[in-house]
Amino acid sequence: MRRFLPLLLLLPLLLLARPVLAQENTTVTDDQVNEVARELYCPICENVPLDVCPTQACKDWRELIRAQLSEGQSKEQIKNYFATRYGNEVLAEPPATGFSLIVWLLPLLAVVAGAFFFVRYLRGLQRDPDPAFAVTARPEHHTPAAGNGSPPAEDDYLARIERELQDE
Amino acid sequence: MNEALPGATPVEETTTGPNPARWLNALIWLAVIVVLAALGWGLINVNTPRPAAGETAPPFEVQFFNGYGWEDRPVASLDEMSGKVVVLNFWASWCVECRLEADLLEQAWRKYRDHGVVFLGVAYIDVEPNSLDYLQEFNVTYPNGPDLRSAIAERYEITGVPETFFIGKDGTISHVQIGPITQALLDQQIAMLLAQ
Repeated sequence: MRRFLPLLLLLPLLLLARPVLAQENTTVTDDQVNEVARELYCPICENVPLDVCPTQACKDWRELIRAQLSEGQSKEQIKNYFATRYGNEVLAEPPATGFSLIVWLLPLLAVVAGAFFFVRYLRGLQRDPDPAFAVTARPEHHTPAAGNGSPPAEDDYLARIERELQDE
Repeated sequence: MNEALPGATPVEETTTGPNPARWLNALIWLAVIVVLAALGWGLINVNTPRPAAGETAPPFEVQFFNGYGWEDRPVASLDEMSGKVVVLNFWASWCVECRLEADLLEQAWRKYRDHGVVFLGVAYIDVEPNSLDYLQEFNVTYPNGPDLRSAIAERYEITGVPETFFIGKDGTISHVQIGPITQALLDQQIAMLLAQ
């Protein structure tokens, strides 16, 4: 029995310590509050994140976050509460559901559309090169006998020049 | 009929199957049109003006705070209040100017409640415990509830608090008060609407 006496004496102390420890766990720091708050926006102060907004309404919101954190609620649970209570507009990142989905799809759509039109443009360039940049081929020496598809008038002209040169 | 003429080059038959590039092109244009329509709709909604005097009050439903219901109902709509004069007041516990009119509204409610007038408080962007503290601080007894998802404020296009809408028995807005209300205005508007 003597061996257990120190333990028995410690027991009341341990029981007293429990509430103290529990209290320490529920103490929520400003940093913890701001970690959640920076992902929320108060509709009154548009474009100002909740963690830096100085109005009384935003201070009230931060205190509510503190209370919810001390109750053990997670960041997602708190954000869901605010979205349900005040609308999705209070979320820094709109949920990827319903009409808000368009916000997420729009950049993707823009990239796909941009790539599509760029490829089309490049193909168009290959098909119809710009005359300003087209390399002009050096005219070859044609003869009527060559039969390479040159217009007959041009062939006649060249043949006459050749004949005149030979006569000289 | 389709017999080939002697010496003629046979004509290559053209395929009429679906062209994926054309479909993708059409799809992209369709998506662009949908996005532009959605943006246009959003712009139209943003620029909706606040309902003014002479216009029909937008319908809404309010879920009351515990102990602040209307005729023992936890939820009520404006339609259910048809035939009564409605004083719709937007407020918040953080709003300093709301405190100037809180007592006035409560006294007017007590004065007119048995004459077919409903006072309806809507807490705008407020934290519920603070709202309840405010109601207790000013001994408010008229129906009150939070503006969930700011749905009512959006319909009435309020620009801040306090704002008060006087709604007649037929659901027509008779006056919009921006800022704190006065005793004279309350009496004048309610008397006029009750006489209709």
